[in-house]
Amino acid sequence: MSLLALLGVLSSTIFSGTSLLYATLGEVVTERSGTVNLGLEGVLLISAATGYGVTVSTGNPFLGVLAAMLAGGLSNLVFGYLVITRKANQLASGLAVLFFGYGLSALIGKPFVGKLINSLPRYMIPGPGELPLRYTSLFKFDFLIYLVIPMTFFIWWLLYRTRWGLGLRAVGENAETAYASGRNPGMIKFQALFVGGLLAGLGAAHLSIAFTMNWAEYMTGGRGFIAIALVIFSKWHPIRAIAGVLVFSGAVAFQLLLQVSGVNVSPFLLDMIPFILTLTVLLIWGGTRKHSAPATLGRVYQGTE
Amino acid sequence: MSQRIESLPVKSILHHKFFQHAVRYGLTILLALLLFAGILLITGNKPIPSYRDLFSATFGSAYGFSEVIVAMIPILLTALAVALPSRIGMINVGGEGQLYLGAIFATFAALAFKDLPGWLVLPIMGLLGILGGALWAFLPAFFRSIGLVNETITTLLMNMIAPKIAGLLVFGYWHSPRETNMTPNFVDAARLPTFFGTRIHLGIVFGLVLLVLFWFVMKKTRWGLEMRSIGGNVQAARRNGIPIAPYMIIVFCISGGIAGLAGMAQVSGFYGLLIPNFSPGYGYMGFLISWLAGGDPLGILLMAFVVSIILTGGNMLQITIGLPYAVINLLLAFTLFVVLAKPVLPKLLKRKTA
Repeated sequence: MSLLALLGVLSSTIFSGTSLLYATLGEVVTERSGTVNLGLEGVLLISAATGYGVTVSTGNPFLGVLAAMLAGGLSNLVFGYLVITRKANQLASGLAVLFFGYGLSALIGKPFVGKLINSLPRYMIPGPGELPLRYTSLFKFDFLIYLVIPMTFFIWWLLYRTRWGLGLRAVGENAETAYASGRNPGMIKFQALFVGGLLAGLGAAHLSIAFTMNWAEYMTGGRGFIAIALVIFSKWHPIRAIAGVLVFSGAVAFQLLLQVSGVNVSPFLLDMIPFILTLTVLLIWGGTRKHSAPATLGRVYQGTE
Repeated sequence: MSQRIESLPVKSILHHKFFQHAVRYGLTILLALLLFAGILLITGNKPIPSYRDLFSATFGSAYGFSEVIVAMIPILLTALAVALPSRIGMINVGGEGQLYLGAIFATFAALAFKDLPGWLVLPIMGLLGILGGALWAFLPAFFRSIGLVNETITTLLMNMIAPKIAGLLVFGYWHSPRETNMTPNFVDAARLPTFFGTRIHLGIVFGLVLLVLFWFVMKKTRWGLEMRSIGGNVQAARRNGIPIAPYMIIVFCISGGIAGLAGMAQVSGFYGLLIPNFSPGYGYMGFLISWLAGGDPLGILLMAFVVSIILTGGNMLQITIGLPYAVINLLLAFTLFVVLAKPVLPKLLKRKTA
């Protein structure tokens, strides 16, 4: 196997892992406030389609990213209306949003199928500038990739070092107590959902505008569900989410490596590896899980009137 | 968990409940149709002719109506697979994966026992389908019962794995000589019998019988009582000596088996072969149906019927007005939104029926 193939695998792993990390971060923020959005997959689809559509119509990928973020935030607010304002069951509402996303994204994306876009500009990483072109082209990344790790730390700072984050986590642990200490749980949950939606939108934008550079129905291929699993994997912690995404992307990379090196294994078998690995790690960490989940995760806050 | 009070005379409850269901579901659908009409307008279609087409395609002909019943079979079963464990407080989001495993196991039997007569091979397929679904449900149930991992997340992850097993087997070993993405057609003996010259197959009988059985077990047997008590209060049930862990595992495996049977019915009765990714989310639809119906057997039947109309009508809308098929998910989602958002509807209804 050549060095080129190896680097190619590394590069595509970084590309595919980025959208996953954004989506995972978004779900960490929402789940920290006690809301689990099972419809993340649908939100990602809506954002990806919107971002792609705006990029095609305006020719400006940055506007596309912005639109995708906004679409993600708004979709999450729809979910928020159901589970916070109307106090609906979170799992069922999540699945409703999933189907909403399947439908709406197909509708939004339909006029743009097969259209070409200006993808996000890519910048060279400093360092291997001396290498021949076929190597360096693998290490040109768009700004969303450079942004993802700082963003992770920013979210960590937001959750653990600001009053807003403290309030958000307090609501996730016990909304009644948070209310008693003068916070508005409903409003905080909405804010958390909106921020989570913005992040999911960033991930989806990276997927459709920077990585695959096209739109296809159901193009997220289960990333939303994987992100939800990775949130548990990372024990609801933004920094550990990096590790979660690395493990998952590592498994994907391993699968690509096997294919590149010509090992004759069914791609379907290899596709299962990341999921089996995530499942195994969940089981190994299962014993300690209870202590790290937000205490009222998934529960409907009935109000304290 | 809200438990309905069931001490009123049976007959008046039936009438009352049926009426309530009918009005509530009727208004829900009306609102959802109104919302979807907005979408049709935005996309430049005329809602009224579209809806006329939708209803004439589903209710206008015996064939159309039979297609609604055909579409209802898998989701009726997957809804049951969710309703049953919900009675003991377990959430089965894994109907999708269990359905695939049932289909895979049944396909194995259909391909392996080509020469057996139908009266022998069909029961084998059914049993293997149930076994496949039950096995796929066993792991999440086991890990939940020992308090290791919540079944919601494990079943979700296993949903992602199951279609890949189908792909692996079909592309790798089972595909027909001509097409690599599907198995050869099953022999006639491995097909579930169909009725009245339509595509309605024996699966509908499975669904209805299991629905009645579900109602009977929950209402009339000791098991039903014990299960409801686990769902109501685990601590109290444990102190009363009800074995929690065995109940969790057995009930979850049975529900997996029901979803597996749905998969078997789908490959044997509907397709007559196995295609990877054959399910457009039957498992998730089942979850929503069961949830919308509050796990109530009659409600499951009604909601499954409604969702089938949407699915069947969607096929037709795709052909006549050229919207992508996925758009029909919007009509499904709007129906769910209306129910989940509980607009003044229930209150209104109470005033009317009280």
